Amino acid sequence: MIAEAGLAALWLAASLALLQLFLAVTGLKGGKAELLAAMRPVAVGQGMLTAIAFSLLITLFLRSDMSVLLVAMNSHSAKPWLYKFAGTWGNHEGSMLLWVTVMGVAGGAVALFERALRRDTHMATLGAQATISLGFYAFLLFSSNPFARIDPPPTDGQGLNPLLQDPGLAFHPPTLYLGYVGLSVAFSFAVGALLTRTVDAAFARAMRPWVLGAWILLTLGITAGSYWAYYELGWGGWWFWDPVENASLMPWLAATALLHSVTVLATRDGLRAWTIMLAVIAFSMSMVGTFLVRSGILTSVHAFAVDPERGSFILALLAIYIGGALALFGWRIGSVREGAPFELISRETLLVVNNLLLSVILGIVLIGTLYPLMTEAFGHKVSVGAPYFDRIAGPIALVLMLAMAAGPLTRWRRDRVPAVAKRLAIPAAAGAVAAVIIATLAWGRMGLLPLFGLIVAIGVGIASLAPLWKRKLLRTPLFTWGMVIAHLGCAVSLAGMACDSAFTVEKLVAARPGETIRTAGWALRFVQIMPLAGDNWTALQADLAVDRGGNAVMMRPQSRFFTSPPTTTSEAALLTRWNGQLYVVLGEEVEGGRWQLRIWWKPFVTLIWLGGILIAFGGALALIGRERRGWLAKWRARRAVA
Amino acid sequence: MKMLIAMSLALAAAPAVAQTALPPAPWADRQIPDADQERAAKALMETIRCLTCQSQSIADSNASMAADMRSQIRERIMAGEKPEAIRAWLVSRYGDWVSYAPTADPILWPLWAAPLILLALGLFLMRGRIGRRRP
Repeated sequence: MIAEAGLAALWLAASLALLQLFLAVTGLKGGKAELLAAMRPVAVGQGMLTAIAFSLLITLFLRSDMSVLLVAMNSHSAKPWLYKFAGTWGNHEGSMLLWVTVMGVAGGAVALFERALRRDTHMATLGAQATISLGFYAFLLFSSNPFARIDPPPTDGQGLNPLLQDPGLAFHPPTLYLGYVGLSVAFSFAVGALLTRTVDAAFARAMRPWVLGAWILLTLGITAGSYWAYYELGWGGWWFWDPVENASLMPWLAATALLHSVTVLATRDGLRAWTIMLAVIAFSMSMVGTFLVRSGILTSVHAFAVDPERGSFILALLAIYIGGALALFGWRIGSVREGAPFELISRETLLVVNNLLLSVILGIVLIGTLYPLMTEAFGHKVSVGAPYFDRIAGPIALVLMLAMAAGPLTRWRRDRVPAVAKRLAIPAAAGAVAAVIIATLAWGRMGLLPLFGLIVAIGVGIASLAPLWKRKLLRTPLFTWGMVIAHLGCAVSLAGMACDSAFTVEKLVAARPGETIRTAGWALRFVQIMPLAGDNWTALQADLAVDRGGNAVMMRPQSRFFTSPPTTTSEAALLTRWNGQLYVVLGEEVEGGRWQLRIWWKPFVTLIWLGGILIAFGGALALIGRERRGWLAKWRARRAVA
Repeated sequence: MKMLIAMSLALAAAPAVAQTALPPAPWADRQIPDADQERAAKALMETIRCLTCQSQSIADSNASMAADMRSQIRERIMAGEKPEAIRAWLVSRYGDWVSYAPTADPILWPLWAAPLILLALGLFLMRGRIGRRRP
């Protein structure tokens, strides 16, 4: 019954989406703005129905109902409840239902909470949102039904990929999806503004919180995914330029550019056409990402085997939405007036540089990711990986960081070079001192990219704090704090990346219990190795007493064996200190009772994710700072009425 | 349907069997005593694709084939071979697919030209937007 109810809820939600689209078209054609009032409950109802459908699927997973095909294929009754729960979206159908649910709930939120938009633009936005949802409902209902039954039901399920059996699964995909789908809202706003010809500063101020919200969640999702890969895969890497990682990076790059251009539009009424274009690109990248991941053309740990029919379905959706939006853009953009002009030396120019460089990096990542597919069509298999992306996108990103340092220190509209240079003098001097020190200490021992990365990180880190210089800190607006912290986060993250790639010390040993291994100032005493059993796995665990001159701490890396499906995973042991992480992995047994151990000392590696968190936190401060006044005004107005 | 489940189970079980099928690779997880040689070997491994995994380099892979290739690379580096010569040998054996670093093959020229073209395109679109009109 539960599965059937879920399917019914999905069909109902789809019909509400159709009704929502119909109301939007009628309202816009007849100029009946009052139909907006009727659209609100429809959109909210749609959001509630998708949430119900998704909760029912979660229930099926929690109850291990093996008569449902999806549960039988992807779950197992012996799994801990957290992975039954999170396993709901650890497969194709479930993750698409999560996508549709987030989209439905976001649509309801736009209908309910958005009050700054003009009514006709609001209607058009909701209509656009309904149109996108309809495509995904069709995809779900016709080719990826998560509620399909299996008869007769198997005695138990096949289990979840053990690599995914980690608390990270509960957090990383939903956060990313919230971000992706938040960008669908920005896309609908852009379509709505184009249809009703309202691309202006007021529109940008209405759109900005949605973009900012989506961007914060994307940042968190990517940061979490990177840390998860880092500790779960057991080789100490934190970014692999895997197609699926790229698929999450591309919407983030576009959203970052959009976030900055929407600020120019909101503050200075400039970059109108470009902002609309970016909103289209950002959501297109989310969909391209989904297509890449779900179509199964690119092999990756994220690609749940999917048949080509679904791939073609998603491809068609992509063509319709992106093509449609671009056609609308081409048709209407002529009527969007040029925004306010600005001079060469101005904050606007630096924000345009930001947009240009982010777009170039986005283009490089997109081309590099798709290039192997293109050459394969000509019968030539090639790989494009880290060496290409690092060498090409790395230097551009460093230049982008420099623009980021200068931007907040430059005035809107018009500024003078000597004035900007004066404001940049201290950070530049600090960067130069750092450059001299690091270069003399590490010349020839460090790659050029990490070397320049570290120097830029130090200079930019100091420059990012400069907007607070000589200001009363408590009087500084919250959104300025947000910007400062987010920019500082970029520098912190860059410093972590540079330190990790330049200073990591690796030690591979085959050791017997009782031996002591010394590396990078640490002493690791291999105490013993012993078997262990968990809920749905057995393991071998090595106990190591670890110290660097103080008290010893125990580290316990494991090698785990899962039976459903049969897989071995290594559970790394991590020891975090202020200046880095010690990373220990237990490998296989080698001859003579020795065990293979992989040990890394990674100085300041944690800065990578700390930076990511700072970036998201800065975004949250900016969001609160910008919106607080609106909320306060609304609250006061409501109290005045009561 | 049962057939399908049985098949996927068999597929999932396959790697566990394959793991023991290859001869041991002495230098797979053992560092070269000479630090410079080890660094060169490691840098090369990070740009060689693990052929049996999903988007991983042999430096980050548990697969037995990756272990075998790591061992091969360390042995060849110790024998004094240059990293690029080893890459060429691997490419001749497994095809361009094995190298994450794009080679100089003409089919890859557009890939190297892409950033320049993108940058030029961006500057072209920006021309005249900035600084020409006075407020």
